[in-house]
Order: sequence, then C-alpha cells, then structure tokens
Amino acid sequence: MSIDRDTARKVAKLARIKVEEDDLDALAGEFNAILGFVEQLNEVDVEGVEPMTSVTPMRLKRREDVVTDGNQQEKILSNAPDAREGFFAVPKVVE
Amino acid sequence: MSELNKLTVAEARDKLRAGDITSVELTEACLAATEAASALNAVVHHTPELAREQAKAADARLQAGDAPAMCGIPLGIKDLFCTKGVPSQAASAILNGFRPEYESTVTSQLFDAGAVMIGKLNMDEFAMGSSNETSTYGNVVNPWRRGNEDTALTPGGSSGGSAAAVAADLCLAATGTDTGGSIRQPAAFVGITGLKPTYGRCSRWGIVAFASSLDQAGPMTKTVRDAAIMLQAMAGHDPKDSTSAELAVPDFEAAITGDIRGKTVGIPKEYRMEGMPDDIEALWATGREMLADAGAKIVDISLPHTKYALPAYYVVAPAEASSNLARYDGVRYGHRAKLGQGDGITEMYEKTRAEGFGAEVKRRVMIGTYVLSAGFYDAYYNRARRVRALIKKDFEDVFAQGVDAILTPATPSAAFPLGQEFDDPVQMYLNDVFTVTVNLAGLPGIAVPAGLDGQGLPLGLQLIGKPWEEGELLNFAQTLETRAGFVAKPSNWW
Repeated sequence: MSIDRDTARKVAKLARIKVEEDDLDALAGEFNAILGFVEQLNEVDVEGVEPMTSVTPMRLKRREDVVTDGNQQEKILSNAPDAREGFFAVPKVVE
Repeated sequence: MSELNKLTVAEARDKLRAGDITSVELTEACLAATEAASALNAVVHHTPELAREQAKAADARLQAGDAPAMCGIPLGIKDLFCTKGVPSQAASAILNGFRPEYESTVTSQLFDAGAVMIGKLNMDEFAMGSSNETSTYGNVVNPWRRGNEDTALTPGGSSGGSAAAVAADLCLAATGTDTGGSIRQPAAFVGITGLKPTYGRCSRWGIVAFASSLDQAGPMTKTVRDAAIMLQAMAGHDPKDSTSAELAVPDFEAAITGDIRGKTVGIPKEYRMEGMPDDIEALWATGREMLADAGAKIVDISLPHTKYALPAYYVVAPAEASSNLARYDGVRYGHRAKLGQGDGITEMYEKTRAEGFGAEVKRRVMIGTYVLSAGFYDAYYNRARRVRALIKKDFEDVFAQGVDAILTPATPSAAFPLGQEFDDPVQMYLNDVFTVTVNLAGLPGIAVPAGLDGQGLPLGLQLIGKPWEEGELLNFAQTLETRAGFVAKPSNWW
C-alpha cells in the first residue's frame, strides 16, 4: 500500500497538523518507509488470535459515580494561553 | 568530604543515617557538579532552591530518626514527569511555559520519602527517540567518548538526560520512563543500571502520556541495589491510574541475596542478529558463563515472534500517541500559534501543532492517525494488536517451561555519534530491537553494564523477568553485576 501526496494531505488534516504543500511529497515518502517496515506483520498467521487490549488480563476498575474533586477553576486555567472571565478563550467557532 | 556526588544511593543512605554526612552537603556536591556539566546538556531546568529546601527538610527528618531509604538523596527527574510549579514540558516546544499545578504520583512518592530534586532532565520529545536528538532543548552529549576521540556520542534515548546525569555523577540516581526501551537502551549506552518494572507496578498518573499501554516509569541508577531501593519508593497502587496494580510492593532490596543456584536462565536464539558486533556477541556469551558459574541452569529457548515486535510496536505506539497527543491543541496549556486575520479554531489547532511538535513527533502522530483511520484500522492496528498477543504468548510459554529469567544483549551496538542515524527513522527504530518485546508483553526488564567494547565504550546486558518478579530479576542482575565487576567511569572532559 503506497501513500501518495493526497493521502498525506488527508492524514495531516485528520491529525490537525498543518503541512505546507511543498512538504507533502517528502512526508508521503517517510510514511511509505515506515509502513513498508510495518508490512512484515502480514507474514504472521493471526487466525483466531484476539487483539490484545491490556497486558495484564484485568477488568478496569470502576468507582462510585460521585464528585471526587473540583472547585479548582483558577488552577485549571493557570496554564491557558488565553483565559478570560473564568473560561478558556478560543477563536470564534460558530459563524 | 569531597566528591559526595559520586556516592551510590545505598552508600549515601548509610552515611546519612550514620550522621557522617548531611543531605545539604550531598545536595551541594550534586548542584556543583551539575553547574560544571553544562556541556552535557543533561539538566534543562535547574531547581537549586527547591533542592536546598528539600535537603534541609531531609536532614531534619534524618535527625529525628524518621528516615526512609531515599531520604536526603539528590535525584534528577525526567522532564516527562509533572512536577508542581516546575517546568514540565516533555522536551517539547508545545508545552513551553507549562508549570503543572500538581505532582505526578511517582515524584510525589519520592518526595514523601524525602528525596531531593536537583532539576529536570533532558529527553527525546514526548519520549519519542533513541538518541536524545528530538528534544526542544537540544541534544544530550554522552559523558563517554571513544578512546581519545572527541566525537560527540549519543547517550541514547529517550531518557538520555537521565542516563548522562547519573553516569556523570550529577545526581545519585534519576527517574526514567520506558515505552520501547527508553530506560534500558540509554542505561546501556552510558554504563549504568536501568530497570523497567512490570507494566502497572508504578503509577502513570502525572507522567506525560506517550503510549499508555506500554509506558512505565523506572529507576536509573549506578548499581542494581540502588535500583531496588529507588523502585521501592516509586512503586505501588494508585487509585488515580486504573492500570496500576493492586498488589503489595515486596521488599526489593531484601530479594537481592546473591543466590541464583538452581534457577533457570533462557537464551533466546532469535536475539542473535545478523551483523551484530562481535563485542556484543562475546559479552552475551560471557554473561551466560557468569550466570552458569553462579549456579544457574542455562537453556536455549525460542521466542518465535521476536522479529515482528518492532513492526507491531511502530503501529501500536504511534496509534496510542496520536490519541494521547490530541490534547495539545493550544487551548488549555502550552504553546498557541499566532493567528492570522480570519483564522478560526481549526487553523488554530493546525498551526499550533505544526509549530509546537518536532518532526519525529509529527511523523508518529500522523502514522498513528493513518493506522487508526477508517479502512486501515483492521489491516494495521488490529493486526498489530494480534501480533502483540502472540509476542506475549511466546514469553508465557517459556516461563511455563520453567524459565525464571531471560538473558539478552541490551542494545545492538554501543553508543553511536550524534547525527549518525538521525535522518533515517527506520534505522533509528532498530535500536530498540532487544528491548521493545518486553514492553509489548508488559514484563520487567533490566539493563546492567557488563563490559567495554574495543573502543572503550560501555555495553550492557538485559535480563527479562516474569511479571511482578522484579525482586528475583534484581537478584539475577546483581549476580551479573558482581561477576562482571564493571567499575569503569567516563573521564571528566566536560
């Protein structure tokens, strides 16, 4: 499976990483090198093998559905690039 | 007393408890060594004020007779750990300026035990790399050099700053994290001990996530005994990490008895790689003899899916990374790109991530996005997870046959020059060929320095243990350490 320029553009878009048009060919080349390496997995007979979800067979723990912490608005906003009036601020989302 | 920074954790602990030295003296020695070692670029955020404050508090505890083993011990902390009020940015520009409002569980356990932090240590960006060349802070330089050459060598990665700092005696020990070999490979490259515990032994809470099903924190130390002492303080169940194991933490140091008689050590034939340097082949054979000489039974074993570990890793790890790193969007913390007229929220995300992530991180996030995307999920991601199950079963099978530990080389080469492999990602990935299987199977693994190559560079051996048997693994490791008698240190050129 070979990745072309258009696929590279699409993947960059899905990952929300801006890639300049001029860089797409090089990026596609890098993807192909890595995916070429990964192709070896097709040699393995995986018939009947369940995909692993966790290295230790365990059921994820559940906790009571109660508030455990909160009231930390100031702390939560303290690292925000743009916080106003107790909120994270972002560019306009809806026209 | 001079050169206190050269003490091991165990030596310092005993001297501190005996009142021969104070933590303040020990800490000052480490701070001075750190000041003088800027050429290594291992320490990227210095915290001398915090260190002095912690050292004073530790001395008070020691005087009061309340002194856990790590009390008063100066440590370096990998930049991947969130440390309250201290920059913690995973060596990424996207976390520029981030100062956590909280403390990771592992560092808070270490500090509760009285440990002192001299600073945050350099690493590969988001722990993605094997040479510490992807860091926003620049490369770390290995304290070791080849013979009389002055070629700058890599300390390995991703915990390259931790490795260099411990090898150069800037601190007594350091925290590391290991997703595919990031503790063990750098430890081997600088001639120190590096332990990756069983997945779930240490809490991942507050450690910047790379690949959550593989990441595990562990100690990087000058000796095997130190690794046992430090792991003791780092390990334990944490309700804030649902994958941390609800198991009692045994006394790891007490497990080091020096007696491995009657134990069985497996030698996996698949780890004999074509083109492996003779020095490493010879070291592996010597390691085998040393364990046999100590009374262990050596058996040949097969781990048939070894070859597929790296390809499986380079699907699973990027997939998890693409999901984990989605949080860096310029909204809640770190860098936000300057926006142009008319730019909306999508442009903000795309520009922020393009500016904030380095090339290797972008590459892995996008590969991860691709293997998880509709139409490819089964062919790549699910297939890799199936192969991962087979790799884990390989280990379960040999342990079921009575094998207690597995001996392999730690790395396929000694430390290489900075820049040598940087332009070829796939070549760089091969550094983890002997270590990555252990992460995929969730097992404990330890790198122990065991000799020097023809150019005078350290080489390590790896021991792999059964799940939750770090104590037994440390006992094997110490046997190897004692018999190898590795005492070489890099000469101070920095």
